[in-house]
Amino acid sequence: MQKINYITENFGKYDVFSIDSYMNIGGFQSLQKAIDMEGEDIAAVLSDAGIKGRGGAEYPMGRKWSQARAVKRPHHCVICNADEGETCTFKDRELITNDPFNLIEAMVIAGWAVNAEDGYIYMRAEYSHLRPRLINAIKQAKERGFLGKNILGTGWDYDVHLYSGAGAYVCGEGTALIRSIEGKAGRPRMKPPFMKQSGLFARPTCINNVESLSIVPHLLHDAVPYMQAGTKESIGTKMVSVGGNVNKPGVYEVPFGITVRDIVYGLAGGIQEDHKIRLIQFGGASGKISDDRILDISYSYEDFAKNNLIIGSGSILVIDERTSVIDFLRYTQDFFLHESCGQCTPCREGNRHIRIFLEKIKNGTYTDEDIQTMKTFARVMPMSSLCGLGETAQNALKSAFDVFPEVFASKTQTEAVG
Amino acid sequence: MEEKITLKINGMPVEVKKGTKILEAAKVLHIDIPHLCYHPDQRVKARCRICSVEVVGKKRLLAACATECWDGMEVFTDTKVVRDTQRGILQLIMADHEENCLTCPRNGNCVLQHLCSRFNVLRPNLTHVAESIPVKTTNPSLVHDPEKCVKCGRCIRVCKDVQGIEAIGFAGRSTGLKVTTPYEEEFNKTDCVLCGQCTVVCPVGALVEKDDTDRVLDAIFDPDKTVIVQTAPSVRVALGDAFGLPDGSIVTKKMVSALRMIGFDKVFDTNYGADLTITEEAGELIDRLKNNKTMPMTTSCCPAWVNFMEKHYPDKIAHLSTTKSPMAIFSAIAKTQYAKQENIASKNVFSVAIMPCIAKKYEAKRQELTQNGLFDTDAVITTRGLIKLIKYIGIDFNNLPESEFDNPMGESTGAGAIFGATGGVMEAALRTAYEWMTDKPMPTLEYTPVRGFEGIKEAQVEIGGHNLKIAVVHTLKNAALIMDKLRDGKCDYDFIEVMACPGGCVGGGGQPVTTTFAATKERIKALYTIDRSSKLRKSHENPYLKKLYAEFLEAPGSETAHKLLHTHYHAREKEFDFSK
Amino acid sequence: MIEDSSKFEITDELKSKIEKILDNHYHDFTQIVGILLDVQDEIPQHYIPKAAAFYIAEKLPLKLSVIYDCITFYDALNEEPRGRYPIEICDSVACKVNDNDFLLGSLKELLGIDFGTVTYDGRFTIEKVSCFGACDRAPAVRINKTVYGPLKTKEQVRKLLEQFV
Ligand SMILES: Cc1cc2nc3c(=O)[nH]c(=O)nc-3n(C[C@H](O)[C@H](O)[C@H](O)COP(=O)(O)O)c2cc1C
Ligand code: SF4
Ligand code: FES
Repeated sequence: MQKINYITENFGKYDVFSIDSYMNIGGFQSLQKAIDMEGEDIAAVLSDAGIKGRGGAEYPMGRKWSQARAVKRPHHCVICNADEGETCTFKDRELITNDPFNLIEAMVIAGWAVNAEDGYIYMRAEYSHLRPRLINAIKQAKERGFLGKNILGTGWDYDVHLYSGAGAYVCGEGTALIRSIEGKAGRPRMKPPFMKQSGLFARPTCINNVESLSIVPHLLHDAVPYMQAGTKESIGTKMVSVGGNVNKPGVYEVPFGITVRDIVYGLAGGIQEDHKIRLIQFGGASGKISDDRILDISYSYEDFAKNNLIIGSGSILVIDERTSVIDFLRYTQDFFLHESCGQCTPCREGNRHIRIFLEKIKNGTYTDEDIQTMKTFARVMPMSSLCGLGETAQNALKSAFDVFPEVFASKTQTEAVG
Repeated sequence: MEEKITLKINGMPVEVKKGTKILEAAKVLHIDIPHLCYHPDQRVKARCRICSVEVVGKKRLLAACATECWDGMEVFTDTKVVRDTQRGILQLIMADHEENCLTCPRNGNCVLQHLCSRFNVLRPNLTHVAESIPVKTTNPSLVHDPEKCVKCGRCIRVCKDVQGIEAIGFAGRSTGLKVTTPYEEEFNKTDCVLCGQCTVVCPVGALVEKDDTDRVLDAIFDPDKTVIVQTAPSVRVALGDAFGLPDGSIVTKKMVSALRMIGFDKVFDTNYGADLTITEEAGELIDRLKNNKTMPMTTSCCPAWVNFMEKHYPDKIAHLSTTKSPMAIFSAIAKTQYAKQENIASKNVFSVAIMPCIAKKYEAKRQELTQNGLFDTDAVITTRGLIKLIKYIGIDFNNLPESEFDNPMGESTGAGAIFGATGGVMEAALRTAYEWMTDKPMPTLEYTPVRGFEGIKEAQVEIGGHNLKIAVVHTLKNAALIMDKLRDGKCDYDFIEVMACPGGCVGGGGQPVTTTFAATKERIKALYTIDRSSKLRKSHENPYLKKLYAEFLEAPGSETAHKLLHTHYHAREKEFDFSK
Repeated sequence: MIEDSSKFEITDELKSKIEKILDNHYHDFTQIVGILLDVQDEIPQHYIPKAAAFYIAEKLPLKLSVIYDCITFYDALNEEPRGRYPIEICDSVACKVNDNDFLLGSLKELLGIDFGTVTYDGRFTIEKVSCFGACDRAPAVRINKTVYGPLKTKEQVRKLLEQFV
């Protein structure tokens, strides 16, 4: 089994409340390197490493930074998305818990690279117990001149602000997140205008996930181990959060290309009481599902795409045979029904009716027409919803149509056979 | 030069300005893409998603109301997936909608109803999930029926972006999303000033005015009552909308005939009251100027503006002119001098006002506007209410013969007519004040600096050695800017005209639901046309008014005039008062 | 029963606490979400009384409707009073497949309450919440910002509750 500590290299190596301790293991040296570089070159390092955003949307990170830099409007800002609302995703929590200074260093590098004046960390309310360590890290970094005025003698001013979410999954969506920081309810708005043009307080905004950012200092320090890990098309490593019916749920850093089996049965210790796997969902509640045929596929962007799956946030939720497919879908639907912001019709109403249809299927009280109607809405809703939540809410259901067609079999058919 | 681009919609090429949205481009081709949250005068919301259309090269559908066209774009509005989506969204809405169209105030002019009929939405295969929510009806103006709400947010936009009040907003999320006042309070208890703009933009029957048409018909059927009606200047230039006439059509004389056919005993004109208001208000202005009383003076004919002052700037109510509004002045005279002259007991005069406004319904219920326990104005009907009455009577409005107002209170001047437009009260008041202060008529009667659609207009008028600084404001968002200046002591105007609704009463909260800024502008033009074609254009020249003063009121500002034609204001009670 | 929130009266002490919170947020109305979270922390029943919302609206250039929207939109903000130790039980799939039903049953049984009711001493309420990011400790609960889990036996639940006596 491959074990790797690249992003997690600093875990347990320093006192997370002490900047000295962090600097003793080489902290802020990457920032020193960064300020001798052009932002474009920093973006190029990210592009060379092929980093795709780790928040879920998988947008190429180097390209994002380079586009952000190119926006000529003033008062750029950088946002770190620490809302981590996807179910069974808790890798960002581990990164903030074990390596807060690295994240602050990354925020400064990001600010430098895109020419920003302010950085914002938006952290979900559920992680409020981690606030003190981030507040402390920001304070100490400021005392050492890594934040504030004239950073490292460059004449560049930059600050990082910590904002708290308040329990709303949709606030992980970029435009909802900025509304939340702006002091409003976090309902997404339509794009364009795009964030890079007009985001937080109408300023050009570059938003990245905690993990995406956390890679940056390591990469600037020494990219070689990262470049050597992974596959040709999925370079490097990924933090995965494994949960559900596994024996050792937790966060693991894995090189791309490892098999799913190695993650589930190796790192996560296999299934509770040796039950059989019913299904695995990748990428959180908005992710797609597969049955155990996925076990011997390599965990990489390319092989997942071939299997109609997404890596997304890197969550791996393993459900064993004790839970039925339809129950799993009901639970997932409950999540979206609770978390939809409610402003657009297809998502607000669609979630509710799909939930009703799933209930009917569970109770066996459905008709063939119900299945047809449900399929229509499962198609129409993602096509027309305003934001990514509505767009992805039916991913699990739609993949279930393909993977477990028998669950949705026509009633007349079922009766004829059985 | 504006950049032009060419796109294709359903295969048909169309050239539009860069920046045009798909929905607007389709209009050029006479294709009506269904829409609910879109409103031509509002910022994009892109929320209802019913305008979703297919664009070649895009994986998902795009919202036509929000997506700018690009050169070479290819749009399809009629494919299967578009139909499934648009119809699906209608079905979703209907599954959460109270199903009582037949008894809905918007029956017949509801956007949702039209769309359902257009898409042939039959009873869908969806569980009916609507919950019954109580209707809020306890104030005199506004009715809120949340069960009919489609959450398009148009009302929220107008309340915030136009009026700056934010009395209603979204609350909750997912299926619990509501459009509501904070803590679901009754409107009158909130920041709401009852301007009614939300009832104009609501596409369905969720926000409507309180209906008083039945009360009026009851009075008409009551043999003891003499039912008189007054019609505000803005009604005559908006009523035609409902009968397919172009925006800003002047239908005064047909309207008068229609009112007679509905059964009103006398058909009078609010413009007569407006002339009286001007005369008193001009007198008050001169008095305040000469005797160093509270300045600046602001107009007080707009009831939503008065509500706004009482609720939001109670410390500044001394600035409000004490002169009653044209409606209130008219009714006060009707119940006294007119009743006496016609030998009818005051209690048997039933005074109805047709207004472009729902705040007037609240005004009519003010304790200050009663005499001997009787309301001066017995019922207020909006333009929309009048349309309903006309339809009920079954009149073919466009083919009605024309007829004239009754006298004496049907006589008015052009100055009274322009009351309905932003700047009109100011212009009318100047015409009179100028003449009284200088003994000369104003050099140009048509005082253009106060005309037009800008939010705040300022000017200085030289009057008899006085350099009068004036401001004309419409929408309460703009009014708040001026009032904040006043609070900060940075407001050096002498006279301020405020109308709460965009464009003035012509854009009022009781106007037809087809009202837009574009229509409002046409109505304003129409009012100026009426003024220009009037024989008399200065309020104090109204002959019946002169007679009234001579025989009954003595002079502007006299004791009788004060008792009948002036009022007072009071700060509103707050639910939580932290100043104690 | 949970006490009636409309009866809540704002004391001078609370007023000055709110003032202090506003100071900490530089009276910046864009920080309303943080302000409300802080105010809620000051109230023993972990909610935002209506009077407090009105008070904040008066102190900031912010309309009450925006504050009300925030209170009703965000799960972490509460309109109604809760127990002094509100027990939030995670209802995400990861917890569900780890038998959070059993955990919920144990809680209800031991406390003798259901959703929407409070224990006789005002100490506990039980609330279902979306995933709070502790799936590695499923099934889990969260009480005043601290996560407890996995809670697989009634004995573990009993021990946990005893901490709050
Ligand atoms: C409904 C929804 C929820 C999201 N939640 C998160 C989240 O919790 N954390 C996150 O980093 N990204 C989340 N995203 C993705 C963000 O919108 C955005 O793509 C991401 O933060 C960009 O950072 P990255 O490129 O580094 O991944 C969410 C997106 C949607 C549509
Ligand atoms: S898709 Fe859902 S979450 Fe997104 S805007 Fe629409 S209702 Fe809100
Ligand atoms: S009209 Fe376009 S989304 Fe509502």
